Amino acid sequence: MEAAHAHHGHDDHAHGHPTGIMRWVKSTNHKDIGTMYLWFSFTMFLVGGVMALIIRSELFQPGLQIVQPDFFNSMTTYHGLIMVFGAIMPAFVGFANWLIPMQIGAPDMAFPRMNNLSFWLLPPAALLLVAAQFMPGGGAGVGWTMYAPLSTQAGPAMDLTIFAVHILGISSIMGSINIITTILNMRAPGMTLMKMPLFCWTWLITAYLLVAVMPVLAGAVTMTLTDRHFGTHFFNAAGGGDPVLYQHIFWFFGHPEVYIIAIPAFGVVSQVIPAFSRKPLFGYASMVYATASIAILSFMVWAHHMYTAGMPVEAQLYFMYATTLIAVPTGVKVFNWVATMWKGSLTFETPMLFAIGFLFLFTLGGFTGLVLSITPVDVQLHDTYYVVAHFHYVMVAGALFSAFAGIYFWLPKWTGRMYNETLGKWHFWLSLVFFNVTFFVQHFLGLAGMPRRIPDYAVQFTEFNMISSIGAWGFGLSQLLFLYIVIKCIRSGEKAPEKPWEGADSLEWTHLPTPAPWHSFETPPVIK
Amino acid sequence: MGIKGIKGWAAAAALFFWSAAAWAELKHYQLNLQTPHTLLGEKIYDLHTIITVICFIIFVGVFGFMFYAVFKHRKSVGHKAAQFHENTAVEVAWTLIPFVILIALAVPATGTLIAMRDTSEPDITIKATGYQWMWGYDYLKGEGEGISFYSRLSTPRAQIDGSDVAGRKANPHYLLETDNHVVVPVGKKIRVLTTAADVIHAWYVPALAVKQDAVPGFIRDTWFKAEKAGIYRGQCAELCGKDHGFMPIVVEVMEPAQYTAWVNAQQKKAAAAKVDPTKTWTAEDLKAHGEKVYAQNCVACHQATGMGVPGAFPALSGSKLVAGPKEDQIKLVLNGKQGTAMNAFKHLSDVDLAAVMTYTRNSWNNKTGDMVAPAEVKALR
Repeated sequence: MEAAHAHHGHDDHAHGHPTGIMRWVKSTNHKDIGTMYLWFSFTMFLVGGVMALIIRSELFQPGLQIVQPDFFNSMTTYHGLIMVFGAIMPAFVGFANWLIPMQIGAPDMAFPRMNNLSFWLLPPAALLLVAAQFMPGGGAGVGWTMYAPLSTQAGPAMDLTIFAVHILGISSIMGSINIITTILNMRAPGMTLMKMPLFCWTWLITAYLLVAVMPVLAGAVTMTLTDRHFGTHFFNAAGGGDPVLYQHIFWFFGHPEVYIIAIPAFGVVSQVIPAFSRKPLFGYASMVYATASIAILSFMVWAHHMYTAGMPVEAQLYFMYATTLIAVPTGVKVFNWVATMWKGSLTFETPMLFAIGFLFLFTLGGFTGLVLSITPVDVQLHDTYYVVAHFHYVMVAGALFSAFAGIYFWLPKWTGRMYNETLGKWHFWLSLVFFNVTFFVQHFLGLAGMPRRIPDYAVQFTEFNMISSIGAWGFGLSQLLFLYIVIKCIRSGEKAPEKPWEGADSLEWTHLPTPAPWHSFETPPVIK
Repeated sequence: MGIKGIKGWAAAAALFFWSAAAWAELKHYQLNLQTPHTLLGEKIYDLHTIITVICFIIFVGVFGFMFYAVFKHRKSVGHKAAQFHENTAVEVAWTLIPFVILIALAVPATGTLIAMRDTSEPDITIKATGYQWMWGYDYLKGEGEGISFYSRLSTPRAQIDGSDVAGRKANPHYLLETDNHVVVPVGKKIRVLTTAADVIHAWYVPALAVKQDAVPGFIRDTWFKAEKAGIYRGQCAELCGKDHGFMPIVVEVMEPAQYTAWVNAQQKKAAAAKVDPTKTWTAEDLKAHGEKVYAQNCVACHQATGMGVPGAFPALSGSKLVAGPKEDQIKLVLNGKQGTAMNAFKHLSDVDLAAVMTYTRNSWNNKTGDMVAPAEVKALR
């Protein structure tokens, strides 16, 4: 932050703005707010990462060595919540803030003050999640899904968690309203919707998903809260409620949430791959339609997370068919990316490496998702490490790799400096190898029947757990290299050329100087 | 063939031999679903194989194209970028072909799913109840009707906490062993009703291809028909709190004659264990029996020292409630405390409850000197 500050301090612009710490606290500038989102996200990524390493260290061998079961459950819970709500979602909101105004030819976001508030709601929510660890009885060991009635019987940490979820939800909704309004109202003349870079399209769709489902999550956790303290029985059978009702509500939010994370990642990759292929994105229109189809389908498949919870066979059949359908638009996207590379003129700078890593491993995660969509097979694999492996392929190798691709791609535009290409490539290869060491073997553990969320396991699972734990430490430490690369780039990177990527063709590259000016477009560019 | 070609082939050969060696090594490990021991399990196993193979073929195909482009269409070999960006025929094809593949997959999946959910006409019906953290079994119908027992982890605590590492290493069934097995006859359709007393659990035995959530207040069902006698082990699969990892399921499949003998033995044992309702219990008897009940039901949270876990589970030693009026304690143990991990213990007998309360009132720092009689518990039920 310090370095970014020093850099921006020299920008000249028409009116004064606060400097020092107040520049950040009171900021209404989309670039500053985007920067804060990204640093916040990275901080949370480290906090959640430490939790993951505690989990993997305990699982290095059978027996209880480092932590006790209660604390272990708390770690799995907050690792999930912090990574989903604190690391990945804010990272892509950071990208949205930085890029959407520049890519549509606008000066800033539509509601700059609300933008400030959306960001500043995040730190208190993060503090609540961290403070939960220090409540009497420790953090709530209920899993990130917070299933009732386990969550109604948890200690006071659960209340802090519920409030954190409320605040995060409000932040997301305000951020989404801002993005929707900016995209629909502030495009430069001639920038029709179907001319927008795909990144803007993916965020437009994601923002609608967020506005639709965050209130649903808020409802679910509020019902948990009133069950806990105000004598309601939404999830208590003894009072006429149903514990499975919680799961239906949660997953009605939870499945779109998967795409809230994945779709902006698709957007970043759809900018990076054409740039380094020196060739336009293949099937732009079909990409937009496929993304919208995925978003709509995501509302109709929630109960595939609940195949073992007990449902009529007809419902199971419906959810199986609907879920497998998602493979069609997802397949279209993958084919389009490969076709974009086909007969291109490819180079492999770090952003492209991460985008290819994304493409390869996200697709693998998509295929294990197809395996899990088949109900009878899922009944064997549900709540085992196969599922853990599956969603880490889409969340880490999918969303996180795409975020890395985006950071390396736009760092020159943001800072005016280049990162170190050699170190960037090291970061990619280390992340790729250790990611697979960590998570590929977990497929085998799940197939063999190791349940997830257990602090200790039967001895036949030892070898793969050891391999996975070693991989996790390697992956975690590799991310410190990333931090070093970014700081080094901001402080002392070589000056970036006006257009470092030959094939980049969106407005921020073609119409704005590097580094980007304080207000993106004071007069709208003309788009032909 | 240039130097570059030779290098490529050498690398490919090295990779091949390395993979072959790695494969031989990996064969010692479990890489796939456990060998199924039910016909339905075999169907599921085959279904999983078919899907995985189809996915693998598509994966190799798609990324074959991608890696071809990565190696041949790179700028460093002088490839010039084409500028095409759409092709309707290709786009329609790669939308429709996956659709057809999915329909082909849905056919066997539908058949298997319908068979999986057909719990009609069972030979034996067993209710499995999830508790924090053990399973209770009641044989409701069929041969063995009326048998009822609890099944707890039998791995010694010392092996888990690390004070007996040698014991753990020598134990092939570490964490997958219980004091009482669920015994069923081979070749009979067993319907399992699942429910729970406190939070959601899940009854999961991989080799029998069953996993069904146990939801408090509701009854779900699943079934299996084991094809081979043997012992099959599984675990609770739904996060249920502190000892979620420590409530295994062990199913023992016996030949029918053996099963009949087991049923007879169980029924004799139950008759012998039946407590004489007219027996008058002394405080000493109750306390001794109560210690056993405590060890089975209370110790996980309140600890052997009676000190609980600060912040999470309250101490019983020195507790005002435990050492206070009997009526309050009896009511709390019978009904539990809403919104906490203290569940209702109505499922225990009057004698067990009276015994465990007598024990807690006269252990550690608690010295009330009185006893709770079974009749007092009965009166407050």
